[in-house]
Amino acid sequence: MTGTPYEAGFGDYVQLLKPRVMSLVVFTALVGLLVAPVGLHPVEGFAAILFIAIGAGASGALNMWWDADIDQVMTRTKRRPVPSGRVQAGEALGVGLALSGISVIMLGLATNLLAAGLLAFTIFFYAVIYSMWLKRSTPQNIVIGGAAGAFPPMIGWVCATGSLSVEAFLMFALIFMWTPPHFWALALFMKEDYHAAGVPMLTVTHGRKSTRTHILVYTLLLMPVGIGSALTGIGGPFSLAVALALNLWFLVGAIRIWRRDEGQAEADNYATEKSVFKFSILYLFMHFAAFLAEVALKPFGLGGW
Amino acid sequence: MTFRPEHEIYKRRFGRNLGLGLTLAAFVALVFALTVVKVTRGDPMKAYDHVIDPQAAPAEVSE
Repeated sequence: MTGTPYEAGFGDYVQLLKPRVMSLVVFTALVGLLVAPVGLHPVEGFAAILFIAIGAGASGALNMWWDADIDQVMTRTKRRPVPSGRVQAGEALGVGLALSGISVIMLGLATNLLAAGLLAFTIFFYAVIYSMWLKRSTPQNIVIGGAAGAFPPMIGWVCATGSLSVEAFLMFALIFMWTPPHFWALALFMKEDYHAAGVPMLTVTHGRKSTRTHILVYTLLLMPVGIGSALTGIGGPFSLAVALALNLWFLVGAIRIWRRDEGQAEADNYATEKSVFKFSILYLFMHFAAFLAEVALKPFGLGGW
Repeated sequence: MTFRPEHEIYKRRFGRNLGLGLTLAAFVALVFALTVVKVTRGDPMKAYDHVIDPQAAPAEVSE
């Protein structure tokens, strides 16, 4: 190019919304909405999912604005729109704020105010409490940051029912408790330069041996939530069977990670850690798919308790 | 009369404008669809106002 400064294309702005994170948000919010005992008109349901996803995207854009300095240092995030210079940091802030406002107001108009309030809180929690405060100050950052990712199914549920209930809290708790072992398994083998970026990851502050123990402890805490959720109104015999199998297998993986030391892990290039990480994604997906299956089976007199 | 060849940047700008235009059109369509759904279902669209409107006024309690 002839010295003209780069002008961002539409796709660069879409990248600000973290489309890959969004796909998880769409799936869990959709399950939360569909398993609720109250039906929503398809147009309202579509609008609800869309604006929850846009709200999540907006918090992603705010995160990219705030964390541009960290993203620039780490290989995984170096090519994001802001650190690579395709989008100005100020533009990311503008997009984030504008979409936050639009998504919260539109969710409120399409469904109800409680859902809109929860979405606003989620954006605030991720952008301010997690990104601005905890991420750089405590090795438990992942634990608390996981709450931001755990809100979507709860919001989906509230969109349909207009109120909170034990099922909504358990769907929240499931993602919340799942995030730490999932992320720490990744941290064990990704070996990113969190230290250079100034992010206190558990692997850096407390060592890798301690991280292995943490994975096991959090997996033990996750199990009652996973199995318990299958015992509530959104579960059923099928969900319970799936939950038992998933949780048992996750526990086996966590124990295998816990019993290894770095020498063994280096020797097989972190094969166990990588396989547990992959399984953790399947774990969450299958849990929510099982809740959805209960709803799908209900017309045939099979799903639910 | 000759025109200079179009700079690459205009193509990118056009893509951005097209994307934004389509997004806005989709947003308008969605708001319209939401309105149709809510009005058809008879959601309250009118509140009791300072101007007396017999239709919106709360039902009178009979003695």
